[in-house]
Amino acid sequence: MATQHSRAAARFMIAPSVVLLLAWMLIPLGMTIWFSLLRYNLLMPGDNPFVGFENYSYFLTDPAFQTAIVNTLLLVGGILLITVCGGIGLAVLLDQPMWGTGIVRIMVISPFFVMPTVSALVWKNMFMNPVNGLFAYVAGVLGLPAFDFLTAAPLASIIGIVSWQWLPFATLILLTAMQSLDSEQLEAAEIDGASAWSRFYYIKLPHLARAITVVVLIQTIFLLSIFAEIYVTTAGGPGNASINLTYLVFQESLQRYDVGTASAGGVVAIILANIVAIFLMRMIGKNLDA
Amino acid sequence: MGRITLDKVQKKFGETEVIPPLDLTIEDGEFVVFVGPSGCGKSTLLRLIAGLEDVSGGEIRIDGTNATDLPPAKRRLAMVFQSYALYPHMTVRKNIAFPLKMAGMDEAEKTRRVERAASVLNLADYLDRRPGQLSGGQRQRVAIGRAIVREPAAFLFDEPLSNLDAALRVGMRLEISELHKRLETTMIYVTHDQVEAMTMADKIVVLRAGHIEQVGSPLDLYRTPRNRFVAEFIGSPKMNIVDGEEASRHDAHAIGIRPEHIDVGEGPWEGTVGVSEHLGSDTFFHVHDTGLADVVTVRAPGENSHRAGDRISLSPQMDKLHRFDWEGLRIA
Repeated sequence: MATQHSRAAARFMIAPSVVLLLAWMLIPLGMTIWFSLLRYNLLMPGDNPFVGFENYSYFLTDPAFQTAIVNTLLLVGGILLITVCGGIGLAVLLDQPMWGTGIVRIMVISPFFVMPTVSALVWKNMFMNPVNGLFAYVAGVLGLPAFDFLTAAPLASIIGIVSWQWLPFATLILLTAMQSLDSEQLEAAEIDGASAWSRFYYIKLPHLARAITVVVLIQTIFLLSIFAEIYVTTAGGPGNASINLTYLVFQESLQRYDVGTASAGGVVAIILANIVAIFLMRMIGKNLDA
Repeated sequence: MGRITLDKVQKKFGETEVIPPLDLTIEDGEFVVFVGPSGCGKSTLLRLIAGLEDVSGGEIRIDGTNATDLPPAKRRLAMVFQSYALYPHMTVRKNIAFPLKMAGMDEAEKTRRVERAASVLNLADYLDRRPGQLSGGQRQRVAIGRAIVREPAAFLFDEPLSNLDAALRVGMRLEISELHKRLETTMIYVTHDQVEAMTMADKIVVLRAGHIEQVGSPLDLYRTPRNRFVAEFIGSPKMNIVDGEEASRHDAHAIGIRPEHIDVGEGPWEGTVGVSEHLGSDTFFHVHDTGLADVVTVRAPGENSHRAGDRISLSPQMDKLHRFDWEGLRIA
């Protein structure tokens, strides 16, 4: 019953929360933009003069910036590829009737419950460490030299760690989507002469399209801002080999105490996130239309 | 060709026997309807024939070759599902062409067959739409189209009309019957609706708890039901069963008389009119206090002016009386 009166009342009642949410978003955003236009370094106290876009030009011409952008995109792209492909594979496997399904499903999902710092430390010290790590031990058993993952291939190692964390999420979403597939469709396809591969390719995969879109969108949001895994494992190194945009902003603000440039970096990160979002919605957004 | 023989076919789910060993022969070109109450095993039987379930014992032969262990795709059967089971992300054209694509048929032949099926089923205007944009009846026709392009040995229908509204169901019933006349291919049709069974079948198989109760033409079943179950299941409204004193006067444990075989007017029975259902062409009276059964249903032709509470006399047509013994079997 949406009468004129009830609609006015509804607007009046939700107004406080809308105002609060707007303030919550707009005040930090406004302050970031304002700081990004000031010369504002905690190591040089005093007045903070307005310098226009000077911070931006410093940030964008920093050689580390290019590395950070490329790394950010590599991280997002690599992890998406691994988790989506792996998630589809695991979802297909877990969808099969088998003994102990419940326990296996819980075990598959469990990495998602481990907090990022902890899982990164476990990977760094117990698996990838060239002296004490499990991989070094296996290499030793096989008579191969130990491989120092975080030094020789820092970005790939971080992609591996974060993929391990996010694979359960993708698997979970895709498995529930898989289970919502009408079994009569598969039976019809079977009678129509479709092989197991054809049933996967022509029936199951298109059915998963929407769930894959959801996985890609949600993961992209979180993966653009990976921080803990880098901080704990490589601290961006060696050199700048494994910094991403988030990490670069962190370095500017909390290692160089340059609030102005860090704010400029934050604004650049917002713009990058929006560019990625536009591209994603163009590419796969149509899957979300019912 | 499509002659299907079931030889002692049996199905168990774990310890429960859903279908005890069962023999049945379906002749080439026949329209056979499996009918029975829900849970009687009719759909399971169809899925056994299709190969979607494995038999626990016995043999299924299609055109003389043993098909018991063949995968569904190799049995040359096509199936239409209750939910239609169309592929939602494909256009109608691709849906219909899917079995041909899986068979690796060349493009020209594929197009030719799809176009022909579409014109037979009045789908030509909808070929580029998706199933989600079609009405229930159109989806049903797409499902049938997907079945006929394969030119199978036999069609299997699993309650295909139960998701349609009443008017559409009557129309589709007719279309399927006409399709059968034109294609002259064996069809096996599962339904719980005895009206569908009576109107469409060459041969009806009445099932109860996995057992075949009777096999015969619709009129055979109507005229000479083998037992009380078939007698009550076939015919609408269902047959009146009377036991006790009245039945013993006819040397039977129970007697059955169909509503259409009781005339209103001077006769040996008498009762009070309860609810009357006016269909225009007929009127069904529910008659109480007859001393025979709780309710006796009577069909009177045309419009009728008896009202609730009126006492009426009923005269059963004695030659249409069915007599059953204490096991429920028909006494000849």
